[in-house]
Amino acid sequence: MGTSPEFLQIKGLTKIFPNSGAPKVVLQDVNLSLHACDSIAVVGPSGCGKTTMLLIISGLLPSTRGSITLEGEFISKPTYKMAVVLQEYGLFPWKTAKENIVLGAQMRNIKVPAKTLGALKSELGIEGLDRLYPHQLSGGQRQRVALARALLLNPKLLLLDEPFAALDTITREHLQNHLLALFHHRNFSFILVTHNIEEAVFLGRRIVVLNERTSGIQTIIDNPGMGQRDYRERPEYFQQVLLLRHTLKEAE
Amino acid sequence: MRKLRVMPYLGTILAVIWLWYVFSLVLGNNLLPGPLPTFIRLVEEIGQAWFWKHIQSSAYRILAGLACAFLTAVPLGLLLGSSRRLDRLFTPFIYLSYPIPKIVFLPIILLLFGLGDAGKIILIALIIFFQLLITTRDSARQVGREMIYAFKSLGGNRWHFFRHVVWPVSLPGIFTSLRIGVGIAVAVLFFVESIGTRYGLGFYIIDAWGRADYPAMFVGIIGLSGIGIVLYESFDLLEKRACQWQRS
Repeated sequence: MGTSPEFLQIKGLTKIFPNSGAPKVVLQDVNLSLHACDSIAVVGPSGCGKTTMLLIISGLLPSTRGSITLEGEFISKPTYKMAVVLQEYGLFPWKTAKENIVLGAQMRNIKVPAKTLGALKSELGIEGLDRLYPHQLSGGQRQRVALARALLLNPKLLLLDEPFAALDTITREHLQNHLLALFHHRNFSFILVTHNIEEAVFLGRRIVVLNERTSGIQTIIDNPGMGQRDYRERPEYFQQVLLLRHTLKEAE
Repeated sequence: MRKLRVMPYLGTILAVIWLWYVFSLVLGNNLLPGPLPTFIRLVEEIGQAWFWKHIQSSAYRILAGLACAFLTAVPLGLLLGSSRRLDRLFTPFIYLSYPIPKIVFLPIILLLFGLGDAGKIILIALIIFFQLLITTRDSARQVGREMIYAFKSLGGNRWHFFRHVVWPVSLPGIFTSLRIGVGIAVAVLFFVESIGTRYGLGFYIIDAWGRADYPAMFVGIIGLSGIGIVLYESFDLLEKRACQWQRS
């Protein structure tokens, strides 16, 4: 486990949308850091700025104030060090599963050896889907293809925006386990935005609760049990779920 | 698959021929020649080299007109659809010029470009240009925010954005517009070939009409419809090849 506190630094992050009426403050002076090979789950009521925060970290949306650094480099646009998995998977309907997976590498002129691609597909259990278009895949398969695309270039930070929201409970739990396994094997960090309390406790080593009224961080819950074997069945897991549920009620 | 596609065509052709036959009986052969004398005349004309020159001239003008419209309207439409600033700049011009019936510019175009093929092709292109431009622009606008984020996160540049996102999003709309454009091009062709030419199916129909040679006139109509059907089906086939994700 890495210990560098400098991996990701978010300082004074503020986002104000210039609405035609009064400007809307979505994020106000958010400060957060992430260690290498660590994970954060971001939760909060709808409209509290979770997705906005993720988009700003990824460099897809500019902030109004504040700074983000990844390994000491300021982030103002997307970088190969980060990969994003969006809520609706972000797959292009006109590209096959394979074309979707390799598109990022293709556009960055990076040749991915067939062996590497094959190993990744095998790791995610999506062999044999190469020629299928996204609408021909199940929700779980689409999510795995989106994950494969994100992981192909070995990013150091993975940003996930409610990646399992559209899946049924069994598929969701299966993919949560899969993400955890990938996290352990591939040594990346991730920030997960979710509405799901159990998901946040299962996948976040720290859980950031955003407050809609203050547009900032209400509290950060340490979750040291995350990643333990059979964590979902342990008493401390249920205690953390309960704690997060209470905290979220206060954040509303 | 092929059989499934041919059968409705055959059924429709047989129904049209039957209706045609009934109407020719009701109206009389002088006003509306029946299918049989027309087909006999068609077979005779197909054997003549000059009939093929009429078809060749018409096909060339339609294809050239469509190509000119495609090469100008599609890139501009893609650009306007993906740039709000450019779209704001051009929208007043499009909205003011689109409703003007371009066919009224025929005398001016013929004065500027002469009675040859150039004037005819330019008029066909001008009429199709606007509908192709508007359809392409509106199709390109369908690129949603999520799609833009997904694309940008993969590190593509502006050229990649056109190639991998804007172009495929717009393709189905472009093909629809091209298919509609074929029908319009055939109608405009008939009009422009009635002036200043001795070759083309439009001229062939007008000439036969003037000589009260109604079977020949119908042969011309069949020829013009044939060009329209071949082009329509070609665009359909091209769309199936280019937009495979839609049919799978």
